[in-house]
Amino acid sequence: MKRDIFQAIADPTRRAIIALIAIQAMTPNAIAEHFDTSRQAVSKHLRILTECELIKQEQKGREIYYQLEIQKMKEIDKWLEQYREIWETRFSQLDDVLATIKKRKEDK
Amino acid sequence: MDMDFIVDKEAKTVAITREFQAALSLVWDAYTKPELLDQWWAPKPLTSRTKVMDFKVGGRRFYAMVSAEGDERWVVQKYTSITPKTNFKMFNAFADADENLELPGSDWNLSFSEQEGTTKVSISIYNESLERLEKMIEYGFREGTAGQFQNLDELLATLSR
Repeated sequence: MKRDIFQAIADPTRRAIIALIAIQAMTPNAIAEHFDTSRQAVSKHLRILTECELIKQEQKGREIYYQLEIQKMKEIDKWLEQYREIWETRFSQLDDVLATIKKRKEDK
Repeated sequence: MDMDFIVDKEAKTVAITREFQAALSLVWDAYTKPELLDQWWAPKPLTSRTKVMDFKVGGRRFYAMVSAEGDERWVVQKYTSITPKTNFKMFNAFADADENLELPGSDWNLSFSEQEGTTKVSISIYNESLERLEKMIEYGFREGTAGQFQNLDELLATLSR
């Protein structure tokens, strides 16, 4: 099942993980040290983020490092910006409709 | 007019606020009467075509966003609460041409208030998933381009002269 990115970033721990590894790639151990929760809990968050393709694993020697998929994060912002633009257009059109109705009333 | 557009990813909510240079009753009509809604709801070059609209609690609007090529994208909005000229709430979902809903949908809360002839509209949209939001964007925006804003601005300037 494909996971939902909104779910992924809705969780505060997962957002904190994203913020951490945005600065530099980190091992699961190093990530877990930043949280009071269990290693298992952090692992689960990492798995969800991986399934959402927000982070990816990279093998360096014997260690696995997690790093952020910046492109995927940008995609989210791009969607949201497009959504904003839809509303800008819609409201400009509403301005137009309102102005037309007002004018029609005044002309009467 | 400036628009506030705030995305709260944690609360999965988009909050949009905008003021309009028109009386409350007129703005309310523009949101609640199909013949007016169809004139502005779809971002150009899409057009909005309302097939059914019964603006009452338990009623619905069933409409299509139609592309320049004639492709239809159906949407159902079910009204869950109405306080005349103040607020209404609705459940919004994509659908097929037979009104079978594509879930999940989104919950909308629209509030209206007037001050000195200016009407403020505040819309909050709760989305269960970002995938859904993505779908909304895809259908609403695929055909649009930024250049059209300029056309609209020019048109508005002409009309308000």
